[in-house]
Amino acid sequence: MSSVQTQSVQTGRITRKFIYLFLLLMALFYLLPFFIMVVNSVKPLSEITGGNMMALPEVFTIEPWLAAWSTAQVGVEPTGLRPYFWNSIKMVVPAVAISTVLGAINGYILTKWRFKYDTILFGLMLFSCFIPFQIVLIPMARILGILGLSGSTYGLILVHVVYGIGFSTLYFRNYYAAFPTELVRAAQIDGAGFFQIFYRILMPSSGPITVVCVIWQFTNIWNDFLFGASFASGSGAPMTVALNNLVQSSTGVKEYNVHFAGAILAALPTLLVYIVAGRYFVRGLMAGSVKG
Amino acid sequence: MYHVSKSDFKTRLQTWLPKLVLSPSLAMVLIFVYGFILFTVYLSFTDSRILPSYGWVGWENYNKLWRLSHWEISLKNLGIYASLYIAICTAIGLTLAIFLDQKIRGEGILRPIYLYPMALSFIVTGTAWKWFLDPGIGLEHTMHLWGWESFEFGWIKDRNLAIYTLVLAAVWQSSGFVMAMFLAGLRGIDSEIMKAAQIDGASNWNLYRRIVIPLLRPAFLSAFVILAHLAIKSYDLVIALTGGGPGRATELPATFMYSYTFTRNQMGIGASSAVIMLMTIAAIMVPYLYAELREKK
Repeated sequence: MSSVQTQSVQTGRITRKFIYLFLLLMALFYLLPFFIMVVNSVKPLSEITGGNMMALPEVFTIEPWLAAWSTAQVGVEPTGLRPYFWNSIKMVVPAVAISTVLGAINGYILTKWRFKYDTILFGLMLFSCFIPFQIVLIPMARILGILGLSGSTYGLILVHVVYGIGFSTLYFRNYYAAFPTELVRAAQIDGAGFFQIFYRILMPSSGPITVVCVIWQFTNIWNDFLFGASFASGSGAPMTVALNNLVQSSTGVKEYNVHFAGAILAALPTLLVYIVAGRYFVRGLMAGSVKG
Repeated sequence: MYHVSKSDFKTRLQTWLPKLVLSPSLAMVLIFVYGFILFTVYLSFTDSRILPSYGWVGWENYNKLWRLSHWEISLKNLGIYASLYIAICTAIGLTLAIFLDQKIRGEGILRPIYLYPMALSFIVTGTAWKWFLDPGIGLEHTMHLWGWESFEFGWIKDRNLAIYTLVLAAVWQSSGFVMAMFLAGLRGIDSEIMKAAQIDGASNWNLYRRIVIPLLRPAFLSAFVILAHLAIKSYDLVIALTGGGPGRATELPATFMYSYTFTRNQMGIGASSAVIMLMTIAAIMVPYLYAELREKK
């Protein structure tokens, strides 16, 4: 998307006005749910149930945020989302790190140390990204039970590494495929070994793709719900599962403002990453779909 | 002599090392993906109920599955949901991309706005839309307060219309991504082709219809494949937005599989539904990945 654009399509004034109008209306459509979340997360509950969801708050309060963070009823315990936020952090950091490192090494091997049937092996890894995870839920639950990892953060780390290496391998493989193999061969002739070549020659130029891969894995793993709900629904639950428990809880009054604050808390990490490194996020999306 | 055998060992190690280092990842994928798939396929032919059990029952689970109205409803819902989701996302994505490609001032601000929902969890999206679409406090209520008393928008509570709220929220989440794919495709088109067509006197409409859109075929294909597999896997959004309800109005195969396996203790039937989901996705993904990998060679 960075290529220099040479405009050749001419559009009339009315057409241009229509285009701008359409683009702005669509922007409003995309912003509306977030606007509603933010506005209603700083209102007292009475202003939502008795008032207008689209209106700005008459009384500004951060109570809902505090409640969502530390006192709201999540499941049976009034702990707020805080412990679950940390569960997610403890899950996402190692899972992202491990899957990225493995992906880098796999990508290096699959492009610079090619062997018979390597494309088939890569195809097998790649297909694993797209399977409906329902197909592995039952055996995974059994294995985690046998390993004593049910309901724990470690279990989820294992799961996310396993189902994340397909994508991380894809990123690094496509990136290293464009890296001149002559440099690798030259280093080999100079006596550099397998790991030396990786550290000295490929790693120093892997910055951008590492960022892409880390962002993609972070977003995916943080946003996962199915694995979290299946393997860690209790006190080890990740943020998304806790948020769902908070919103769906049927006891007591529905505290919409707290739900909105909780939803923003759950969205904040990935949203921050998107704002800071949106360019890389888009590149990751594209590489994950068009295999560029 | 010693020196020779040592370097011999070193070269042999060097040729084995890559395969050795790759093998843990490979073993993980083979066991946790393909081994597990085989296990689930096997379970789908057994009398497993609350726990896996190994009594062979042949095709019984599949026969039962296809007779269940619950499964039929899930498939029908998936049909409606997936076709609308794919069609609308593609239409919006393509329109946004073509419009954004007209040297728009503020493109740098608009593009990230269209795309940010993709960074959110479906649970967050579901929560936001759930309350916004709730007639009691959301859009309908707001319109009443603004004086439009007869305004009605209770789709989310309506058995016949709830599935469309799912489409709405899912389109909101993914259409920006489709826009990005088409925009990348548009920016890759050789501007000489466009100029030549314009010199020939083609109108903008014809230029896009006859030349640009056909050139975007790879982007259409990628968008279709990605959206189709996302639609079949849709689970989180249903749980957060409607929980499958009202009644079974928004049940999809993914929610069906989960409830039969883990809450209704019909693991055999749950497994067979998972196998059918896998087959459907494989039918779309395998030819696509095969073509992509072959091109690369």
